[in-house]
Amino acid sequence: MNLQDKLQIADKVFSSRLFVGTGKFSNTKSMSEAVLASGSELVTVALKRVDATNENDDLLSGLKHPNINLLPNTSGVRNAKEAIFAAELAREALQTNWIKLEIHPDPNYLLPDPIETLSAAETLVKKGFVVMPYIHADPVLCKRLEDVGVQCVMPLGAPIGTNKGLKTLDFLEIIIEQSTVPVIVDAGIGTPSHAAAAMEIGADAVLVNTAIAVSNNPTKMAAAFKKSVEAGREAYLASLAPIKKNAEASSPLTSFLYE
Amino acid sequence: MNSFKDTFLQYSWDDVLSSIHDKSKNDVIRAIEKPHRDLEDFKALISPVAKPFLEEMAQMSKQITRRRFGNTMQMFAPMYLSNECQNICTYCGFSFTNKIPRRTLTDNEILKEVEYIKSKGFDHILLVTGEANTTVGVAYLKNAIQLIRQHFSNISIEVQPLDEDEYVLLKENGLYAVLVYQETYHQEEYKKHHPKGKKSNFFYRLETPDRLGRAGVHKIGLGALFGLEVWRVDSFFTALHLQYLKKTYWQTKFSISFPRLRPFSGGLDPKVEMTDTDLVQLICAYRMLEEDVELTISTREREVFRNNIVHLGITSMSAESKTNPGGYVVDKQSLDQFEISDERSTEKITEMLKKQNLEVVWKDWENNWE
Repeated sequence: MNLQDKLQIADKVFSSRLFVGTGKFSNTKSMSEAVLASGSELVTVALKRVDATNENDDLLSGLKHPNINLLPNTSGVRNAKEAIFAAELAREALQTNWIKLEIHPDPNYLLPDPIETLSAAETLVKKGFVVMPYIHADPVLCKRLEDVGVQCVMPLGAPIGTNKGLKTLDFLEIIIEQSTVPVIVDAGIGTPSHAAAAMEIGADAVLVNTAIAVSNNPTKMAAAFKKSVEAGREAYLASLAPIKKNAEASSPLTSFLYE
Repeated sequence: MNSFKDTFLQYSWDDVLSSIHDKSKNDVIRAIEKPHRDLEDFKALISPVAKPFLEEMAQMSKQITRRRFGNTMQMFAPMYLSNECQNICTYCGFSFTNKIPRRTLTDNEILKEVEYIKSKGFDHILLVTGEANTTVGVAYLKNAIQLIRQHFSNISIEVQPLDEDEYVLLKENGLYAVLVYQETYHQEEYKKHHPKGKKSNFFYRLETPDRLGRAGVHKIGLGALFGLEVWRVDSFFTALHLQYLKKTYWQTKFSISFPRLRPFSGGLDPKVEMTDTDLVQLICAYRMLEEDVELTISTREREVFRNNIVHLGITSMSAESKTNPGGYVVDKQSLDQFEISDERSTEKITEMLKKQNLEVVWKDWENNWE
């Protein structure tokens, strides 16, 4: 692995480009083991799942590790106002100004609301948060979010929890080409090969939850994702060999130069 | 405030030069076959070893251009407003030390020139001046734009670099695009060619596109003047500049021009020659790097060359240009900035484009939107 190749977001530097979620595991022990096996240094926690008044909160105690940073998310909120409130609660409860901003008013597909997300992001940045917004793979929205000062963007590969892979590939490529902040592909990554594909096109990191949590062996699957993310990143850095195209015969365009 | 200067200072001219010359045949093949190209691929495509691949690059450049821009060619005409200039530029006919009659068009003269240019069909215009801030400053430019705004859908300027608030002011009055060429990205050579005047400040010029981006000007034109320094390195820096700007000012459009030094009265010969083959290689390489960027060719180039490159990546061109203030009607004899090469009439150029199955586009903007 290239030891120099670190990912920086705001003031933090990460060696691992795999971020993992903590929902949907069958128990805290399994979650905790999988997180450690993934090598992830940034782990999302749904604020709604945390009992911050309880020092021995099960979820949090399973994540106490020097290499693990907690990233609270606003899952459950339906608009900007609720998201801002949730972020402030999270800052107090978890002592971090990092927030994964996700606003999905739609309870079925959990698709992010771009208008409320942009509005909340603008306010949260002003309030001093490191904002990591979960959004559609919408290149213009990404630039608008950059303009208001978010520290990264987190476009989706496919609807959350579907494990369908990079359905938004063409748009992700545009986002990666245009972005001046790290691009983290979030949602839809169902297999290690999906994660590798995201890294191969130049994503800065991926976030995986369901595919690890609901696997028959979360720890083994987490380790598999760790390897695939590293492999994809290495392939990106090495620059992929092109796919061979067939030549097309056509009338010469440059013969005038030699006349 | 962040600017391209920070990026620029991370590169050394000599390192770029040697890395271009280190590119191998395999690097070129890889660059041709890749779906998305980066600056390393661009270096390979402009390197000497890419020469045998020129036909392949041209075919690809044509294909990309047609897919993105269709079978069209945007037309524009330059209008020189003044040849007054306080700068010394060793290669320019308007240079301060050249003893030529100086002239700045009055309102009436501008309108006479406008009438002629309009009669030829042009609707996109490029206003050009030297740098004489007291007589041809922002107030003069604002007045000129206001004066011609009702006659043209799209107004660009190629004048001295201005401050951000000045660009905002001109934009509010109908300015669409600003062309500002770095001439050369080689700092020491730049100093040699611009020993006096405001233009001698390399970094003020280098940061001009940043001021344009912040001012929200719709389109920024970049380029280097070929003949001053090694064209390959200057083109790499232009591409680097473009990629930086695209990411930073994402709502802005960009164009690239390829001016090659032309003779003028009392001027110097190019230090570094750029052949026709070199220029074709460069045009194709830019198109393969940046599918959306506008590529412009002027009447500096010869007739035969212009006829043959209209399919190779170029998306806009001028015709029948005069490079002297009042050159169309008012004062045909005033001294021009440089000799143009393709002297055909607008009608002849239009005919040539139509024969090559290109739609000639006169109007592609609406300046009443803001």
